[in-house]
Amino acid sequence: MIPFEITYHRPRSIEEAVHLFDTLQQQGKKPLYYGGGTEIITLSRLHLVAADAVIDIKHIPECRTLEFNPHELVLGSALPLTTLEEANPFPLLTKAAREVADRTARNQITLGGNICGQIFYRETVLPLLLSDSQAVIAGKDGVKQCSIHDVFLQHIRLKPGQFLVQMKVDRSYASLPHFHRKRRKQGKVGYPLVTAAAIKKDGQIRVALSGVCPFPFRSKEMEERLNARHLPLHDRIEGAIRALPRPILDDIEGSAAYRLFVLKQMLFDMIDELGGE
Amino acid sequence: MESSTKCEMQLLVNGETKSVVARQGDTLLFVLRNELGLTGAKPGCLNGDCGACTALVDGTPIKSCMMLAIETVGKEITTIEGLHNTPIQRAFVEHFAFQCGYCTPGFIMNAYALTETKPDADDATIQEWLESNICRCTSYQEIEAAVKEVLRQKRKTE
Repeated sequence: MIPFEITYHRPRSIEEAVHLFDTLQQQGKKPLYYGGGTEIITLSRLHLVAADAVIDIKHIPECRTLEFNPHELVLGSALPLTTLEEANPFPLLTKAAREVADRTARNQITLGGNICGQIFYRETVLPLLLSDSQAVIAGKDGVKQCSIHDVFLQHIRLKPGQFLVQMKVDRSYASLPHFHRKRRKQGKVGYPLVTAAAIKKDGQIRVALSGVCPFPFRSKEMEERLNARHLPLHDRIEGAIRALPRPILDDIEGSAAYRLFVLKQMLFDMIDELGGE
Repeated sequence: MESSTKCEMQLLVNGETKSVVARQGDTLLFVLRNELGLTGAKPGCLNGDCGACTALVDGTPIKSCMMLAIETVGKEITTIEGLHNTPIQRAFVEHFAFQCGYCTPGFIMNAYALTETKPDADDATIQEWLESNICRCTSYQEIEAAVKEVLRQKRKTE
């Protein structure tokens, strides 16, 4: 249970949620937007999250949207990961989602919760970074849409009172050749040593990683080196490794050296599978 | 001192409407056990890892240590006490799919949902679902056999 007192609020619209947040804040309280709640509940038990109120966004229709219109895929932030897996509108996203936690937990973990969470792996953001997706964000100033690259840099960058409503993906990305691999220290459930997601668009490989650094990222510099086909494959991969952002994670899940070793093998596999030779 | 956020909630548990007074930050697991006396769902890790607290909310397995009770207002909750002589319960007995039994209610709730919603589940699906629960006595093979037995029987009768 949450070891401190909170009030629970269940708005039915974006406007109501934003208004509630503002009102609670004006009352001197600390509200949090609440999706699946798994991280808020487990981290508050460890006193790593504090709040006076939670605003449950699961009952806001826009946050539950799963729509595949002629041009884009619209994914509500409150969709459970298993709902995305079963519908499978974006196979690379399905593969990323399927590797998060375990199946029962994914009935609760939402897309928005995974992207916006404190636990830094945030693996479902990888396909969204690769596909240059759009984020729909609600706040006091209304609802706006922007590139994921403007709002997600290592972690989501929302202003106080804002919340993620939807992600939109250009439909053409859903059918591109892709690669997804997650390697753990052991077992089939748990945090990654390295998770790599990649797509091939217009002959160029795009790659995004989690588990290598204490944040997920897509690096244009790495991609340039991986796609430098005039160089021998080994040099391209070594160049990509040198272009990694820092720091490299070095913890109980795996040392920095081991993570880089695993990543290097994974990059060879990725190029082999995507035909970037 | 913080003021209490206790409030009255109507929860539909195992087909009966129950009125409880609980803190808004109380988990479903806590309310089931401490307010309703339904001790079948077990506290294990309290961190969403072990699955011993698994219950069904609108037929979907969830880890009740990671859901607030107040979130389930208006939904249908099923706990192990709500299952009576189901094929999966019988199969667990027949296949000796437990040793100490602490994880059993969680496994059965998850397996029940699997057999009800995915009667055509293949080995990979069974494995994916069962990975949500941990058995420290390592009865995994017997548990898998029990699930497969129920699926076999279901396919035979359909």
